[in-house]
Amino acid sequence: MAEIKNYSINFGPQHPAAHGVLRLVLELDGEVVVRADPHIGLLHRATEKLIETRTWLQSVPYMDRLDYVSMMCNEHAYCLAVERLIGVEVPLRAQYIRVFMDEVTRILNHLLNIGTHALDIGAMTMVLYTFREREDLLDVYEAVSGARLHAAYYRPGGVYRDLPESMPRYTENKFKDPATVKRLNAAREGSLLDFVEDFCNRFDGYLDEYHTLLTDNRIWKQRTVDVAVVSPERALQLGFTGPMLRGSGVEWDLRKKQPYEVYDRMQFDIPVGSNGDCYDRYLVRMEEMRQSNGIVRQCIDWLRKNPGPVITASHKVAPPAREAMKANMEELIHHFKLFSEGMHVPAGEVYAAIEHPKGEFGVWAVSDGANKPYRLKLRSPGFPHLAATHEMAKGHMLADVTAIIGTIDLVLGDTDR
Amino acid sequence: MSVKLERLCQKLREVLGGSIGEPMLRLGEVTIEIDGAAALEVARTLRDHPELRFEQLIDLSGIDYSAYAGWPGKRFAAVCHLTSLTHNWRLRLRIYAPDAEYPVLPTLTDVWSAANWYEREAFDLYGIMFDGHPDLRRILTDYGFVGHPFRKDFPVSGYVEMRYDPEQQRVVYQPVTIEPREVTPRIVREEQYGKVSDRG
Repeated sequence: MAEIKNYSINFGPQHPAAHGVLRLVLELDGEVVVRADPHIGLLHRATEKLIETRTWLQSVPYMDRLDYVSMMCNEHAYCLAVERLIGVEVPLRAQYIRVFMDEVTRILNHLLNIGTHALDIGAMTMVLYTFREREDLLDVYEAVSGARLHAAYYRPGGVYRDLPESMPRYTENKFKDPATVKRLNAAREGSLLDFVEDFCNRFDGYLDEYHTLLTDNRIWKQRTVDVAVVSPERALQLGFTGPMLRGSGVEWDLRKKQPYEVYDRMQFDIPVGSNGDCYDRYLVRMEEMRQSNGIVRQCIDWLRKNPGPVITASHKVAPPAREAMKANMEELIHHFKLFSEGMHVPAGEVYAAIEHPKGEFGVWAVSDGANKPYRLKLRSPGFPHLAATHEMAKGHMLADVTAIIGTIDLVLGDTDR
Repeated sequence: MSVKLERLCQKLREVLGGSIGEPMLRLGEVTIEIDGAAALEVARTLRDHPELRFEQLIDLSGIDYSAYAGWPGKRFAAVCHLTSLTHNWRLRLRIYAPDAEYPVLPTLTDVWSAANWYEREAFDLYGIMFDGHPDLRRILTDYGFVGHPFRKDFPVSGYVEMRYDPEQQRVVYQPVTIEPREVTPRIVREEQYGKVSDRG
């Protein structure tokens, strides 16, 4: 009889379902996975080391480049850490704007996840729908910060500027006739809040469409139900957070349990799974989008009624207004010192965590009193999730590995840092 | 909030007593510091004791204190952030490696499975060895990387750079050609810097 040996294959780094540059070394017995060994670090940029050589303010844009599908949430954790170390108060309106943008980001992230997860395991259509909606939300990003992806909108002490009063509009050109432009601009006549409200009203219907496409779809269920089951005990042991933990039936959401900003004023529910398989985690994400949509609506109501400052008035942390800086010597000095030497953060250490769309994103910041961090550790949610790949994939078919990578919502930018 | 944390400090003193130093409560967070030798026992107690119940290791990270002016502890430490879902509180556990030349700590993978990759990362970036770790390989740096890049004595630009050599028709390593530069110097100001003094 011929000798039968296990077979090793490389999954990635050049694989469309590897979500970037993941190299997964798989040992197969026939078609069954015996060992899955993820090799990460192909996108390692030593962000934490680079941050040690930048001033506290200069590090904000690095946060966008970690998890590049939920940019503002990364900035949020970093800003919280700096604010706690300095002890600066964030104006209430800025807190609402942060919650508002965080939830927009959560929808963005989950749309990408569900679209690409479905694409990876054979449902081509989903990604077309979810990217259509993402486009609207990326326009929101662009309107508030000027950049579609790398926003750098949150700053220690608040946010960079108030929400804009108008949305950018389409113009006629040789590809777009007046009727198309009029249709495209219909929701863009008012302010940014009007645009997002219009989106919120449409979005519940879109979610129903996604449910129609996937939730009871026989193929989708065959690919996800009972794949990569994680018990609640193992999920805790493995350091799971976010939808991965809630999919296993543990009711744990930092927005409820350890509220930051104004989440304690928001009405929303935490969806929890029961089986801890890929399908439950998908359902949790779908429901989270609906809840986020509700939170966005609540924020819109409040933001409409309550104007106010959006960044702290302390010029040791935030720059003074442009006009004041041009007219006033003291403000000029503040501006100059802040952008050359940077702010000084009192010695100490702090761990700030937020409920990132993927789980708990934490920033452990150590300061020795200088204008630069002494050490900044970024606790990315994807790292422990990917570490559990072997445990989740063992005994499953090769094709299920794709489903598992999809369900852990992998973004290598934040796993590798 | 601080009442709750006071209670946590009290519990830590009662349960762990002599094996840990005095719990430090600062900026709404509790920190305890221990030596590597006691790490396993303390970690088990923290996880299993019904009054503490730190079920989850959220984060473990290495740190090099060699450039921290006036740091009272040892050079290398592994810092764990723990969460208790039962009691809804957090704890920072700093474990000092006794030897700065060859830092060794016991592995926590038996207590929290999540420690596996975090310890690989701390080993890779700081060279902290974890005794008993099942698979202590490098994780983030390149295959065949030499050194531990996050140590404070490792330059930001590194020692080698990579390029394609058309003659050998392969990728080669060579010493870095970047000039080190620092646009904004690192400055620690005295306590009262920038405060307007009372000039009468």
